[in-house]
Parts: sequence; structure tokens; C-alpha cells
Amino acid sequence: MSMTIEQRRQHRLSTIEKSLARRHSKEKRFRFMGLAAIVTGMTLVAILFASILMRGVPAFWQATFTLEVYMDPEVIQLDARPVRQSGESQADFETRLQSWQTQVGLVNWQSLLDSALEHALGEEVESRQLRDLRALIASNERFALRDRFLADPNLLGQRVETKLLADANVDVWLKGNIDRNLPDARQQLSPQTRAWADRLYAEGVIQNAFSTSLFLNSDSRSSAASAGLAGAFMGSLFMMLIVILLSVPLGVASAIYLEEFAPKNRITDLIEININNLAAVPSIVFGLLGASIFIGYLGLPISAPLVGGLVLTLMTLPTIIIATRASLRSIPPSVRQAALGIGASRVQTVFHHVLPLALPGILTGSILGVAQALGETAPLLLIGMNAFVANVPGTPLDQSTALPVQIYLWQGNELRNFFEARTSAAIIVLLALMLSLNALAIWLRKKFETRW
Amino acid sequence: MNVTKRTLGVAVAAALATGVSTAAMARDTLQIAGSSTVLPFASIVAEEFGNTYANFNTPVVGSGGSGGGLRQFCQGVGENTIDIANASRPIRSGEVASCNENGVNEILEVMFGYDGIVFASRIDRGEFELTPEHVFKAAAAKLPQDGQLVDNPYTRWSEIDASLPDQEIVLVIPASNHGTREVFEEKVIHPGCESVAEIEDDACNNLRGDGRIVEIAGDYTETLARLDAQADAVGVFGLSFYDQNRDRLQVATVDGVTPSLETIGSGEYPVSRPLFFYVKGEHLDVIPGLAEYTEFFLNEMTSGYGSPLEDAGLIPMSDEERSEAIEQFQARTVVTPAE
Repeated sequence: MSMTIEQRRQHRLSTIEKSLARRHSKEKRFRFMGLAAIVTGMTLVAILFASILMRGVPAFWQATFTLEVYMDPEVIQLDARPVRQSGESQADFETRLQSWQTQVGLVNWQSLLDSALEHALGEEVESRQLRDLRALIASNERFALRDRFLADPNLLGQRVETKLLADANVDVWLKGNIDRNLPDARQQLSPQTRAWADRLYAEGVIQNAFSTSLFLNSDSRSSAASAGLAGAFMGSLFMMLIVILLSVPLGVASAIYLEEFAPKNRITDLIEININNLAAVPSIVFGLLGASIFIGYLGLPISAPLVGGLVLTLMTLPTIIIATRASLRSIPPSVRQAALGIGASRVQTVFHHVLPLALPGILTGSILGVAQALGETAPLLLIGMNAFVANVPGTPLDQSTALPVQIYLWQGNELRNFFEARTSAAIIVLLALMLSLNALAIWLRKKFETRW
Repeated sequence: MNVTKRTLGVAVAAALATGVSTAAMARDTLQIAGSSTVLPFASIVAEEFGNTYANFNTPVVGSGGSGGGLRQFCQGVGENTIDIANASRPIRSGEVASCNENGVNEILEVMFGYDGIVFASRIDRGEFELTPEHVFKAAAAKLPQDGQLVDNPYTRWSEIDASLPDQEIVLVIPASNHGTREVFEEKVIHPGCESVAEIEDDACNNLRGDGRIVEIAGDYTETLARLDAQADAVGVFGLSFYDQNRDRLQVATVDGVTPSLETIGSGEYPVSRPLFFYVKGEHLDVIPGLAEYTEFFLNEMTSGYGSPLEDAGLIPMSDEERSEAIEQFQARTVVTPAE
């Protein structure tokens, strides 16, 4: 077969032209698939966010009474608040103060609320209707009234304008989260209570006010409307502090040693493989480990953020080590050679030259690791952090829950009409925290970034 | 540089050391865990207790099911073990034995009221008037037919009894980690089984495995979610859960009786059970507030008629039962393995 040069050229050209269309369409297909993947992903994220926001945002506002409560001296019959006398020991004084506080607790605060409501309604409420009346205000508000009095006993005998949370079912009713046309037997509130709630809402006594209790209160079971995130937030905060204090120095130090100083031998390889494996271990396994070692063997308290923090530290360490090593490795060897060349020691090389350059990567990795730990739930369930805790923890040793666990607990609450929205609100708070952590990571990276 | 580094090291070490040493100090908050049926009640009592007594902290209430709670309870004596286990069934002798093995010898049983178990379905579906026999026929793996046992042939409720709705059989029941499961078997499945005389006792607990029985290991919200997904399903709930979600659930009668506080209190409604919690006697003089919490729980004001617990769906005990429970606790009557 013989072809002239011209023929060969023609042949080559036609082959290229023939394949060109195919290659172009291939590229188009790939581009389209990529775009479709992004659009699908974004749509799903948008649906997720929209559904959470739609359900959760209304829960940041809550039906709230503004009532004038008369601190009736007839009802509040108390001795004066004890004052420490000279010569009295601190312990004796505290005993006296405590018995006074118990006495304050035994005052019938509920009856003060009852009269305030009667006053607002402008009618005498018969005793058989008392139950309907009490269904209006969240039952824990009587303690809020007590605490207010404890803080300022001078209120005795005064008329005090007070903001009081409406009962969860009143909130559900006023927001229309329960079908208003359902027959009485299927409603949570009696017809009388519903009528009162509607009237007081129309008169402006009940308003849909921004719910500070969601942020200031701890979880509550006896009075769902008072349930808030403060306890879970503090629990998460303590755990994150422990995670940051322990896992960042430990992780960065081990990464620096492994990357810059460790001799390259089998043991180092073995350690490296194990760290990579640890990063892939499901988090619940760390929970089991924590339950048996920290609680069972070391005798640390159950449900404590200290244990949670330690477990999450173990979980976060491999992530931080891997991220730190990767960012150390990305520093060009010429930086090290130059430093060594002008007579710096290896420690000086690492700490004066390599580490500052690797800092953005290390910070990003650490913050992402901590953000992941913030959202972790599974291991916490195994160390008793899924308990109902009504106190805000004051130290990492007090019992507490965490934000993601609180979401899990609220999701399981039997009062669905109220807690569906409350759960979404908690998710929004958690997501906001995560997003700000991630934003911080991006900002730090941008701030310290060096281009080669 | 060196100084700061050293300070940091000392600080971390000190933080760890205080962590370990403070844990060895007396715990001053009660730690409770167990049944998810009891959880709402115990949490309410805990909250009221903390609010009433200025000198005690609010107890911490965890879940984990009756079995899980008792297992934690029996882990031993000491501040890193729980003080009270909530249970929706009496403690088993095997559990008492494992408790004793780990040094928990003073198990004090406290009964505090009753709970009803109801069958409920979605409000937009048919109404059910069930008998234990219906439920058994819907749930059993094998049923007698012409003198021999065959695989359960029923796929629709109306095939079991013409009075039942023409709906696919799907029954959502609690898994065996729940105390409720035991009551479901004892009070519904076994009586239903007996009415179908040809089956021997062991075969009674044998439930069908063809996907028509759905076991839920989580809580009732999970059961509710099942009903959302499978509109025809009938779920097993606690009375209090049903009560708080009456706008979406309708309850089935059992033997013609509608479950309510009254019918369960009177014993007319057959599917109810007593609720308990178990107090670790060894902790009574160590953990502050343990005895007070128990007595507060048993107080008429807390768990009697008109109490917050009744509002939350607990069926209160009679006066005699209450005084007996209080007496039993005050006498520190210990549960023995023989029981």
C-alpha cells in the first residue's frame, strides 16, 4: 500500500475530524454530569436547610404573658432573710440561709400566678376551673417567680410586671401547630383554656415574644415551654475546651515529631498506619472505650463533660495529626535546607521556619477536627451524656448533656407538636456554631496563607 | 518561651490531676438511669425535687431501657455507678444475682404507679376494636389450621375478624430491651394464645418474621415515625404518649374497653403494668438526697391524684399500695434472688 504524503495528511486529518465530534461530546457530557451533580447536591442541601429553617425559626419566638403579679404579703409570709451575725460560723449561717430558702420554696407561688391571671381576665375563676386556668402558664414559672423574689426580697407587697412563658400546649394552640378544628377530645387543652388563650392573645396579654429562655434555661421535662439549651451549650463548651487543650498540643507535637524528627523505620511506619486506621474507627467505638477506661477503670464521673472531652480528644487526635503532617509535608524542603545551611539546628529549623509556614494548614485541620467533635453524638450516648440534666453545669465534672445529644433527646420527647419545632431550633443553633467555627478556619487560613 | 512552655505543661498536668482527684470526692447529685417509660415521670420528679429542696441538686435521669438501666445499676457500688434504676417491669432473679455478684446486695424495690399500654393507629385510618386473640392471630408465626400448625396465613385485619378494618397487618411493637415488650407478651399475646387452644406454651412467643411485625428498639417517637411511613400500621404506645399526641393517633379498645386513667386504675382495661424504681441501699448514707428523693417521689403530692405525674399520664396507686410502698422502703426491705 502506498500513499503520498498528501494522502497521509488527508487521512490523519479526517481521523482527527471524525474523533473531534466524539471528543467534544464526551467533554460536554462530563461537564453536564458535573454540573448535574452540583445542582443535585445543592438542591438537597437547600431542601434540608429550608425544612429546618421553616420548622425551627418560629420556635425562637414563644407565646409569653406580660402579667402584673402582686407579691401579696398575705401569701408570702416569711421571716426576714437571715443576715450573718458576728461570731456565727459560715456553716451555721449557710444552714440558716438554706432553711430560709426552703421556706421560700414552700410559699404558694402558684396562687400568686392564679390571681394575676384572674386579674388579667377580669373575672373570678371558680375553683373547678382552676385546672384550666393553670394550664395557661408553664408550670415552672412559679419557680421563676420565686427566684425573682429570692434575688430581691424588697418586692414584697409590690405589683411587679412579669414576663411569663405560656404553657407549651398554649404555644402550640396559638401558633396553629395543632389543627384548630379538631374535636375537644383530640385537643390537648380544654375548651375553656383555649377560649381564654385566644382572648388574652387578642388583648395583647399574650404575645409572641423572642424566646430568651431557649438560650438561658436548661432542659425541662415538667414544663416543656421552659426547656432551653443553656445546659447543653455549657456541656459542649466544656468538652470543646478540653478537646482543644488536649488534642491540639498533643496532635501537633506528635505530628511534628513523626514528620521532622522520627527515624524512618518500621516502627514509625507501624505508628503511621495505626494513626490512619484510628482516624477511620467509628466514633461509637471511642465511646465504648471511654465508658470502660475513663469511667469503669479510672473512676471518673458518669455524664461529665470531662469524660466526654477526653473521648472526643481521642477521636480528634488522629484527624489533627494527619492534617498537621500533611501541611508540614507541603512546605518545600528548600526552606529546611536553607535554614540548616545557615547553621540553624533542626529544632530551630522546625520552630522558626517550617511551623510558621505550616500554621494555616494546622489551624484549619484542628478547627475542622474540633467542629467534627462538636457535632459528635454517638460516643456521648455511651458515657451517660444522654441523661436528663436540669442544672447548668458549672464545672467539667458536673453532669451535663451536649448540643447534639440535646437534639436527640428533644426529638424523642413525647410532646411532638411542641418539640418538633424546638428540635429544629436546636439544630439551627448547632449549625450556626459549626458554620462560625468553619468560617474561623477559613479566615485563619487566609490570614496566615503564604503563596510560593 | 521556656517558662511559658513549662507553665503550660504544669497547667495541663494539674488540670488532669484535679480531674482525677475531684472525681474521688463525694458525688452530690443523684444519678438515675433506665426505662424510657419511666424517664418522663422520673425527670419530672427530679426537676420538682431540685426546685423544692434548696440543699439538693436536681438528680440526673438517663435512659437505656429497663434492662440497660438495671445492668448499669448492677455494675457495682461506688460513686461512678448509678444510684437508682428505673424499670417498667420487676427485676429478674438473674439480674439480682448479677447485682449480688458485683457487691450490690441492698436492692430496694419501690413501686410508684401504673402505666397502660395502648394500641393506636393513625387518625385517618380505620378504628380498631381489638381482643388479645385478634392481636395474637395477627402476630403469631404459626397458627393451627385443620388440626396442624401452618405459617400465619393472615395478611389483612379483616381476614382475622370481619369487625376489624380492611387494612394490611403491620404491628409495630417494642423490642425486647423494653420492659413494655414483656407486658405486651404477658397481657396480650399469652391470653390470646390460650384462646387458640391448640398451641403449646413455648410456641406462644414465636412471632412472625415476614416483616409484618416491626420491632422498635428506640422510643415511641420512632414508633410514631413508623406509623407516618406505613399508614396502615398499628403501634404499641404508652398511654401517656398517646395522650400527648391525640391529634394524630386514635386508640384501639381492648376487649371493648377504652384505655384511660379511670379504666386502667380500676383494672378494667387489661393491658397495664406497675412501674418501679430500684434504689441502691449501699448508697443511701453516701449520696445526699437519695432517701429524700425516694420519699418525695412516693409523696401523694408528687405521684398521687391531681399531681404533676398524673398530668403526665401516670396512673396513681391506691392509698393502701402507697402506704405499703413507703413502709417497705422505710423498713429497707431488700430484694432477694429467690423472688
